[in-house]
Amino acid sequence: MRIWLAGILLMVAASVNAQDLYMARSQMAFPETMIALQKAIKVQGYTLSRVQRVDIGLTKSGFKTDRYRVVFFGKPEEIRELGDRYLDLVPYLPLKIAIFAEGDETLLLASSFEHLRPFYTQADIRKHFDVWETDLQHILEQVRLSE
Amino acid sequence: MKKQIQYLFTVLALMTATTLVAQADHSDGDELYQQHCAACHGSDGSGGVGVPLNLPDFLAVASDDYLRKTVRNGRPGRVMPAFPLLSEDEVGAIIQTVRGWSGVPPPDYDSKPLKGDAVRGKQLFTQYCVACHGERGQGGEGTGVTFSRPREAPIMAPALNNPGFQQSVSDAMLKATLLRGRHGTPMPSITELGLKEGDADDLVAWLRQLPADSAPVRKSESPVIRMESSYSFEETLDNLKKAISARNFRVIREQTLDSGFVEKNKESRRQYIVYFCSFSFLNEALSIDPRVGLFLPCRVTLQETEKGIELVTINPENLSHLFNNRELDKACERMHRLYTEILEEATL
Repeated sequence: MRIWLAGILLMVAASVNAQDLYMARSQMAFPETMIALQKAIKVQGYTLSRVQRVDIGLTKSGFKTDRYRVVFFGKPEEIRELGDRYLDLVPYLPLKIAIFAEGDETLLLASSFEHLRPFYTQADIRKHFDVWETDLQHILEQVRLSE
Repeated sequence: MKKQIQYLFTVLALMTATTLVAQADHSDGDELYQQHCAACHGSDGSGGVGVPLNLPDFLAVASDDYLRKTVRNGRPGRVMPAFPLLSEDEVGAIIQTVRGWSGVPPPDYDSKPLKGDAVRGKQLFTQYCVACHGERGQGGEGTGVTFSRPREAPIMAPALNNPGFQQSVSDAMLKATLLRGRHGTPMPSITELGLKEGDADDLVAWLRQLPADSAPVRKSESPVIRMESSYSFEETLDNLKKAISARNFRVIREQTLDSGFVEKNKESRRQYIVYFCSFSFLNEALSIDPRVGLFLPCRVTLQETEKGIELVTINPENLSHLFNNRELDKACERMHRLYTEILEEATL
């Protein structure tokens, strides 16, 4: 039974996690997309922890750029528990989505955990990767379809 | 066991939902395009991180076979991923959508290889093409069109030595591109340069002999760089900041891992993050690939472990692999060196 279960889960994981980066384009302008993103993150059950304003430092230093932010989020208990148990996962926590304007539209980008899988063979952490990947894709899809 | 079965049903339900969505989308090329291509190529094909697809000159010379193979093979090491999981119907529907922007029927090329003089082609290439496409046909610097970040040219010159491109393009399509040029980009018709049809044959012969860029995209051996410190937490933090400043980077933020998740003043300093940046370096990295902001500015975490204090950061050499962008290799090597130096200096 366990082998059968593992087989199905592996098959599903392979079909879901076939890429390293998830990208989505919103046809809305940056401010509206940012609102939709934050809403989608909350609806998915996550807490927003911070928005990093990449563009502000760049423009202050004289470089031209459109709006560029990174939105950090997670589940407090999960972040604490995983941060304690998997110390070398900490540089990849909390979860994040980069959001940047491209003219009148907005691009969203998240990293999958595909590149970390070879280093983490423990079933429990892989289960987190699976859930996060599904959630990240769902969040991006929600924003892409927002109007 | 009960939990396992519940989980299995959840997964199966998700799988079914995904399959249903995929089935519903089979015939909808526009939806498939928006789902898989628009993020890079723009909602209407006008380009972005990826090259523009809706240029009339492009669609007039790009065969359906070329588009199909491009979707299937991608461009190894050049941002464009391969899409092996899309069905033939789905790829066909996407091509129909792209084709629909021009209203011009797809060209039908003879698949026979052209005969030309590669030696002469190389001379012509050196004279007319190298400035944009590079000596080895490796293409221009940067990544596609990034309207969010001003560029001198509206589009980067594609890599002609890329194995994905070489597998997808036919000799006849290469020749048609040379003769027609591409309005809306810096690519002129070779006839505007005073060249003739025979010259196009020679150029194609040389393009076919370009050594393929088959270097593997870098894969890292570890997801993180990690070093133990024999100093106290405060001493290590102080050392870290000094090491950052010594390399002309600026500390821009300090916070705990749980900052934003717990009430202020209740954060745990067990995992303490220091963000630092050089904006010229950040700008340079974003010019190579505007998506790398996902992993920038730089960040080092101080952690209290059972053994004592340690510093840990992402391994930047993972980046090129993630972004399918070989051009990031050098910047990532530099970042790896920088992180290592900073961590060593702060801990030794």
